[in-house]
Amino acid sequence: MSQTEKASSEGMTYLESLPRRVVTLYVPIAIFLFVLLFPFYWMVITSFKPDAELLTRDGNPFWVVAPTLAHFEKLLFHTPYPEWMWNTIVVSVVSTFFSLAASVFAAYAIERLRFKGSKQTGLAIFLAYLVPPSILFIPLAAIVFKLGLFDTKWALILTYPTFLIPFCTWLLMGYFRSIPFELEECALIDGATRWQILVKIILPLAVPGLISAGIFAFTLSWNEFIYALTFVSSSEVKTVPVGVVTELVEGDVYHWGALMAGALLGSLPVAIMYSFFVEYYVSGMTGAVKE
Amino acid sequence: MLPAGLLLLVFLTYPLGLGTWLGFTDTKIGRAGVWVGLDNYRFLWGDEVTRLALFNTLFYTFVASVIKFALGLWLAMLLNRNLPFKSFFRAVVLLPFIVPTALSALAFWWIYDAQFSIVSWSLMKMGLIDRYIDFLGEPWLARFSVIAANIWRGIPFVAICLLAGLQTISPSLYEAAALDGATPWQRFRFVTLPLLTPIIAVVMTFSVLFTFTDFQLIYVITRGGPLNSTHLMATLSFQRAISGGSLGEGAAIATAMVPFLLAAILFSYFGLQRRAWQQGGNDK
Repeated sequence: MSQTEKASSEGMTYLESLPRRVVTLYVPIAIFLFVLLFPFYWMVITSFKPDAELLTRDGNPFWVVAPTLAHFEKLLFHTPYPEWMWNTIVVSVVSTFFSLAASVFAAYAIERLRFKGSKQTGLAIFLAYLVPPSILFIPLAAIVFKLGLFDTKWALILTYPTFLIPFCTWLLMGYFRSIPFELEECALIDGATRWQILVKIILPLAVPGLISAGIFAFTLSWNEFIYALTFVSSSEVKTVPVGVVTELVEGDVYHWGALMAGALLGSLPVAIMYSFFVEYYVSGMTGAVKE
Repeated sequence: MLPAGLLLLVFLTYPLGLGTWLGFTDTKIGRAGVWVGLDNYRFLWGDEVTRLALFNTLFYTFVASVIKFALGLWLAMLLNRNLPFKSFFRAVVLLPFIVPTALSALAFWWIYDAQFSIVSWSLMKMGLIDRYIDFLGEPWLARFSVIAANIWRGIPFVAICLLAGLQTISPSLYEAAALDGATPWQRFRFVTLPLLTPIIAVVMTFSVLFTFTDFQLIYVITRGGPLNSTHLMATLSFQRAISGGSLGEGAAIATAMVPFLLAAILFSYFGLQRRAWQQGGNDK
């Protein structure tokens, strides 16, 4: 049994010779990985380099001779960076939870409460996800002004769900669809209310979906740029991507070390989170596309 | 049970309408505008910079999408082969996609730096060039530089999604084809491609949409320069609306993107997705 399984999983690879595999598989993969990862390596190396090494053309730029933490020190103690970090965390976490809660209700309603036009609503949700932020930011800016939210965290917390909810709802709809009707019918016969069904049966079964949607939503709001750039202007409420881009770039002399350190620290949280939940992340992404 | 619906209505549908309406007014920041009809669009049509931005956007989207698709498909097929540490590779490949674009764009900005670019340094040491390349200083070089950054960011998404599609194709189909004497190219052309078309359609729609409306990369790396040669519609509308204060004009530019996006969606929907036999159903 295991023999045949192994054979079928390997397919026809045994027909290939080793040199051929090296040329057609390992070399291209190595090149891909090098190109895809090089900017990160470059970020790390730059953030540890002292300025003298950064601003010279001599020596080997791929390595750092005298590593220094000066850039990190500058970043953490002489710029509002920690504040931006905190803002990003607050905004991402709150808007993620908010969108997730709203999406659970929306997805459940669309999938299981058979009301008129539920199909159309589902489609509309999907189309809403396709509306890009770069079209919406101007009218949203006008609304944010009108509501008096300009330059507050609330401006971001309330606008991020515009792209989070459609995405999460779409993802969760797929998960809810895969839960058999019969379970709900059993519960109904036993006298459970809709609310009990949702909380005690559907949600526990949809935990993987919830995790996927949550992680994805968190990453999306962490990486958000254009809304944060438009709706917020004072340094105390900026998020990390916007803060680094707008405030650390000053004058004609770029502080590459500090910039790269900021980029590195800003990327780390999502990267760490991602590394813990790779499978959920991938299933979320491909699941959203496959439907 | 639909609080989400309410929120979406207020913050999504209403802004869409408002945006279209703003496009027909001469609203400035801090001053309500009046209806000016098609004036904004007429002005933009005669505006050199806008035309250039439109050309840049189309060029950027087309080149980047095609290359992303080709390289992404190739990478997906490589990852679909029998490979040690497969899941590790797959995880690493996605990294460019998940880190904040604004921050990785900074890294690219540094890589393209006119004086200390690592690319120039390497090419110099190899003896291929005798002078540092000013990547972001010349219009065409700058265009291709930002396109390269966009491709870098987009490949993982395309590759991982296509990989998910490839994994659903049974290896026995390839074996059958090989027994019938199909060459590797024929196996790709007549087995892989037809079975993958539906997912390619969806993935490329997403890819085109996000490339067309790209903002972060351009804003961080070039801010539209040099000489507006890398301005996209999105960055131009930001510049006119927020930095320049003419909300109406910016909104008009943003609204002008909508027809292109609709065209892209409809094209992929009707052109590529309709063949039901590919999903195991009957052809209609």
